[in-house]
Amino acid sequence: MSVARHSQLSPLQRLLQGTPGLWIVLAVAAGASYGFVQSPRSLPVRLLLIFSLLLIYFMPQKGWIKLLYGGGMLLIVLPYLGLFNPFLMELGFQIAAFATLAIGLNIVVGFAGLLDLGYVAFFAVGAYLWAFFGSQQLWHTDEAPGTFTIFATFPFPAWWFWIFLGVGVVGAAFTGVLLGFPVLRLRGDYLAIVTLGFGEVIRVMANNLDKPINLTNGPQGITPIQRPPIPSFFTSPEFLEQLGQLAGRPVGLNDLYGFFFYFMAVAILVLAIFLALRLDNSKLGRAWTAIREDDVAAVAMGVPLRRTKLAAFAIGASFSGAMGVLYAANRTFVSPETFSLTVSISILVMVILGGLGSIAGVVLGAAIVTMLNIDILQTLSLQLSSLRQGSGTIPLLGIPWASLPTQLDPARYQRLFFGLLLIVMMIFRPEGIIPSQRRRLELHEEPAQEPLAAQLEGELEPDHKLES
Amino acid sequence: MRPLLELRNVTKCFGGLVAVNNVDLQIEPGRIASVIGPNGAGKTTIFNTITGIYRPDAGTIRFDGQNIAGKRPDQITAAGMCRTFQNIRLFHNMTVLENVLVGAHTQTPSTLWGAMLRTRSFQRAEEKARQEAIRLLRYVGLPAGLGDQLAKNLPYGQQRRIEIARALAANPKLILLDEPTAGMNPQETEAAIRLFRRLRDELGVTVVLIEHDMKVVMGISEYVTVIDYGQKIAEGTTAEVRKNQRVIEAYLGRSAPSEQGPVGEGS
Ligand SMILES: Nc1ncnc2c1ncn2[C@@H]1O[C@H](COP(=O)(O)OP(=O)(O)OP(=O)(O)O)[C@@H](O)[C@H]1O
Ligand SMILES: [Mg+2]
Repeated sequence: MSVARHSQLSPLQRLLQGTPGLWIVLAVAAGASYGFVQSPRSLPVRLLLIFSLLLIYFMPQKGWIKLLYGGGMLLIVLPYLGLFNPFLMELGFQIAAFATLAIGLNIVVGFAGLLDLGYVAFFAVGAYLWAFFGSQQLWHTDEAPGTFTIFATFPFPAWWFWIFLGVGVVGAAFTGVLLGFPVLRLRGDYLAIVTLGFGEVIRVMANNLDKPINLTNGPQGITPIQRPPIPSFFTSPEFLEQLGQLAGRPVGLNDLYGFFFYFMAVAILVLAIFLALRLDNSKLGRAWTAIREDDVAAVAMGVPLRRTKLAAFAIGASFSGAMGVLYAANRTFVSPETFSLTVSISILVMVILGGLGSIAGVVLGAAIVTMLNIDILQTLSLQLSSLRQGSGTIPLLGIPWASLPTQLDPARYQRLFFGLLLIVMMIFRPEGIIPSQRRRLELHEEPAQEPLAAQLEGELEPDHKLES
Repeated sequence: MRPLLELRNVTKCFGGLVAVNNVDLQIEPGRIASVIGPNGAGKTTIFNTITGIYRPDAGTIRFDGQNIAGKRPDQITAAGMCRTFQNIRLFHNMTVLENVLVGAHTQTPSTLWGAMLRTRSFQRAEEKARQEAIRLLRYVGLPAGLGDQLAKNLPYGQQRRIEIARALAANPKLILLDEPTAGMNPQETEAAIRLFRRLRDELGVTVVLIEHDMKVVMGISEYVTVIDYGQKIAEGTTAEVRKNQRVIEAYLGRSAPSEQGPVGEGS
């Protein structure tokens, strides 16, 4: 995007300028890391780690310095810390996975302006592809769920995972086109409702395709799903021994997979970011923006609406297809529950919270929502329940913790928190936490002059033919 | 000479309203032609039908030797016809340069793979499109250095020029301008008229414009078509049209045309 960059630095960025800035960021990152080694289970320390990543993004230094810092953190420091608490790798995996999904959705919603409420469907397609071919489901297609025995071997060897990573991309892109065709003529609310229905259809299909041919094993889901083989060098006892010494605890195959999936998710995320940035700044990206701004003018300038919209659906979907395959392997289990409407909404919340159309914002949005989902609220709940076990009383109120009703468990209020978060955002910062350049200008700069004749002509509504 | 654009018996209805009624129209290549008529006569609808935004209910439209009735707008643009809008339809939140680059969509050969891999040919195509866009902006008389401004932040007269540059970026043989001088002051109008002439003289683009400002119409049109109630009621040179009884009636019946200034703006 060639919108002139704001040359002003925010107060935070001014603080991080020059050599002192380098040291400040380094100190925060090192402090967070040290804190993690000291107390690997502390939530504030995890938040501090994420904050240090954010600082690296915001620091006004040259690109390669930021890349060095960021790469060092993501590829060396975090995995090292992961030795002390494997949950860190799980958290990193989930954040990277959802950030990739959010980037894919951002292409559809943020770039092309097509509101898609069924985005999780593409994730499901990728996940079920590997779930079906990477498990023994292929041998059970004529058996009802829950009746079969587990075999010793699988129809496809585990390394086919790598091939299915590509198959997932293609399969999801194809599904994206499939969804795209019927909704090409629709706009706004109508589009949202149809895509919402599409997402549900895929989930319901996953639920019901256990008969007449058992493809998905119904609500019980498919398990076990194979994980790709890890090179024998890493699984050798000596190597595990060494890792164990570093960590001060025994390190097993499961931990190795934790690292593997973390690195894979980060790699796919980086690729997704890279592609999204390049696409945004190309002929196709401009065509998407043009369609979002005014599809009649865009088509009159020679932008083929159908092809451009389908490209948005297909490319957006392909990111989540790859992530679906990875997710299925990571969990070794998929069931329709994973792909409910609330997940679609969560991803949309990430996009809107972070900043519609802004890649950095969307990644941050994914980090915040995922942290809330699987870390912050859970941790608070855990702490609350441990307080409830004890005999203490709530300060000021004098009520014993034990008599606090379980209905007040923070984890139950996940949706409420998202809702509140969104409302607060829409009031104070509608363009998102890290807005895209375009949105920032759009929402915070008044047009110099209202076009005079804008109201002269009645609203030009194109024929339906236009989009067929 | 074979007409560049030829409409035969074109009809377009909106429900019971016949907005364009059995219109024949021929535009010779290299002409500057005008379509005039009172408010609501159906001029814009004719443009929309030609450019494929609406599909004609009846009739044929031939452009540059091929039948374009029923084709999609982007196909018609690719065939060499581009337009501006009566109520400026720039992409408000894109920069001026990006607007023109979107106009060059059919002329930029870059592919999806090229964009992802940033191939040499992709970079060359993008750079060429950029240079061409900058050149066009200068050509339509936009002050230098406005390329990075958001389109919506520019004054009205400049937005009209950007719309013309955006249309030119499609490398059209024929350009359709819908009330391109509406809302301009006399100096701007003068400059606009000079620009339209240059489009034809220097770029060889055939120009068709819808105009309410009789000074503009009489000043530059070589051929005038008059529309009233969706029907063509007269055509010919400016002198012929001016004398035509039906034209005088059509205008006097609603809002009298004057040579002093624009008429019939606003609705
Ligand atoms: N999309 C539409 N749906 C229904 N009626 C329409 C539509 N577009 C135009 N009309 C009607 O068709 C008639 C012709 O409209 P059109 O905009 O073509 O007139 P015009 O000659 O361009 O007028 P003006 O000089 O005011 O721009 C008008 O009565 C208008 O209300
Ligand atoms: Mg009009």
